[in-house]
Amino acid sequence: MIIDHPLLGPRDASEFIYLGDASLLNRPKWDEEKSENNFYKYLYLRENVAGMHKELWFHQQGDRSWLVISRNTVTHEIFKVELATEFKKNMGKSND
Amino acid sequence: MYYNVFKILKEGLNDNKGWKKTWKNPEIKKKYDVIIIGGGGHGLATAFYLAKEFKIKNIAVLEKNWIGGGNVGRNTTIIRSNYLLNENEAFYEFSLKLWETLENQINYNAMVSQRGVLNVFHSDAQRDSFVRRGNSMIINGADAELFDVDKIKSIYPFLDYDNARFPIKGGLFQKRGGSVRHDAVAWGYAHAADELGVDIIQNCEVTGFKIKSGTCIGVETNKGDILANKIGCAVAGSSSVLMSKANMNLPLESHVLQAFVSESLKPFIPGVITFGAGHFYISQSDKGGLVFGGDIDGYNSYAQRGGMDMLEDVCEGGLALMPTIGKARLLRMWGGIMDMSMDGSPIIDKTHIKGLYLNAGWCYGGFKATPASGWCFAHLLAKGDSHSLSENFQLDRFKNGYMIDEKGQGAQPNLH
Repeated sequence: MIIDHPLLGPRDASEFIYLGDASLLNRPKWDEEKSENNFYKYLYLRENVAGMHKELWFHQQGDRSWLVISRNTVTHEIFKVELATEFKKNMGKSND
Repeated sequence: MYYNVFKILKEGLNDNKGWKKTWKNPEIKKKYDVIIIGGGGHGLATAFYLAKEFKIKNIAVLEKNWIGGGNVGRNTTIIRSNYLLNENEAFYEFSLKLWETLENQINYNAMVSQRGVLNVFHSDAQRDSFVRRGNSMIINGADAELFDVDKIKSIYPFLDYDNARFPIKGGLFQKRGGSVRHDAVAWGYAHAADELGVDIIQNCEVTGFKIKSGTCIGVETNKGDILANKIGCAVAGSSSVLMSKANMNLPLESHVLQAFVSESLKPFIPGVITFGAGHFYISQSDKGGLVFGGDIDGYNSYAQRGGMDMLEDVCEGGLALMPTIGKARLLRMWGGIMDMSMDGSPIIDKTHIKGLYLNAGWCYGGFKATPASGWCFAHLLAKGDSHSLSENFQLDRFKNGYMIDEKGQGAQPNLH
C-alpha cells in the first residue's frame, strides 16, 4: 500500500505502524458514572468493519506524525489521509 | 460410506465406479435443533462432536461458499501444544490428543504426522523463557524436551548456527507436534458428520438473525429462513461482520496472515522449525514444497491477500535461520483472515442473546485447535455450560479483567 502523506507525499506503508480504529481518539471521560463500562468499550470492542474504515497510523520511520486514514479493508484502497491533529479538530464539526 | 483397505482394493478392480460422494447435498429443513454457521474446520468439527459425543440429532452446518475454503485451507498445517499459560496449554494439549486419534474417529486419512516441532532460541534469556514454557507444558501433561546445539545439529545440520547476530543456542522440542493435511481435516470432519446425519449446506449465506424478545430462534439466509433452537457461529475472520447482524461489537480485529509454498524439493526438513529471533516457521510438505509463514501484515483487512513487505520480512527471517533455502523459488502465496482477539486467546461462549453462541478469536492459532474447539463448542451447545477446558475463554473476560494474554501485549491485536 502507498500512503499519500499530507505533508510528505506518497510513502510506502511499511514505513508506518498501525494502531487501529480511529475511534481510539475518542477517549471517554474518567469521571462519569458509566466510565468503567465506557472504558471497556473504548479499549476492547471494535466495529471491525468489512469496508470503509477510519484508522490510526503512525509514521514511525518518517516524520513521526499520527495520521487518520480512510481505507477500504476489503480492497485496501485508500481514500483519504489526514493528520490526526486536523482530524481531531474537525471531529465535532461534521457528522463523520 | 465406510473407507477401508478392502474397499480400496475392490474399487481398484472395479474401475473406481462404486465410490459415493463424501458428503451429500441435502435439502434444507425448516427447523433444526442446532445450526452451525461456518463450514470450516471448527464448524464441521463442532457438528461432528455434537452428533457423535453429545448425541444431538438434526444438525445443520451452513457455509456461504464451499466447505473448507477459508482458514482451514489457508494455514501452514502445524499442530502443537507448546503454550505457557495453563488456560491455553491444557486446552491445546487436549487438542493434540484428539489429533492423535482423529483419523480413526472420522474414518478419513488426514495424514496426521507427528514429525516434531522445534523452537530454536538464540540467547540465555530466551533459553530461560523456553525452559519455563517447557515446564508449563510438562505440568499440563504435554511432552517437551530441551535440545542443545549438538542435538539440533544431528537433525538439522544446515541451520546457520554461527549467525553473528542470532547464533543458535539450543531449542525447545515437542516430539508429538507435527503437521496435518489441512484440507483433509475439513473433508474428513464433513464426511464423518454427514455419516451421522448432519446436513452440510454449501452456498448458503446467513444474512441475519431472527431474534424475538432476546432469544435467537433462527437465521435468515439467501436460501430462506431456517429455524433452530440453538445457533453456533464459527466463522473466524468474518465473526465481527456476522455478529454485527445481531448488533454485537466483538473484542476482535480481522487481520490478514500470509503463507507461502516453494517449488518441490527433495526431502531435507524432517520436522517443523521456528525461528526464535524473528517471526518465521517452516516445514516441508509430503509433496516436497517448503511451507512457511511469518507474522500478520498488521492492519485490518478482509482481502485474503497481503503486501510484499511482509513477504520480504518472512524471507529475511528464513534466510537468517537457514541460508540454504535462498535458492528455492517461491511457488504460491496466499492470505487468510485472522480473528485477532484483544488478548491473543480465543472465545468459546454464549452471548447475551439466548440461543446464540460464539466461537471466535483464534488469532493465527486456529488450525491446531480444531478438534478441541469443536469438542468444547459442541459441549457448550449441547449442555448449555462451558467445558472445563474452555471455561476461561469467555466473551466478557475483557470486562471482568480475566484476560489470557500469552504474550503480555495488552489490547493491541496486531501484536499477539
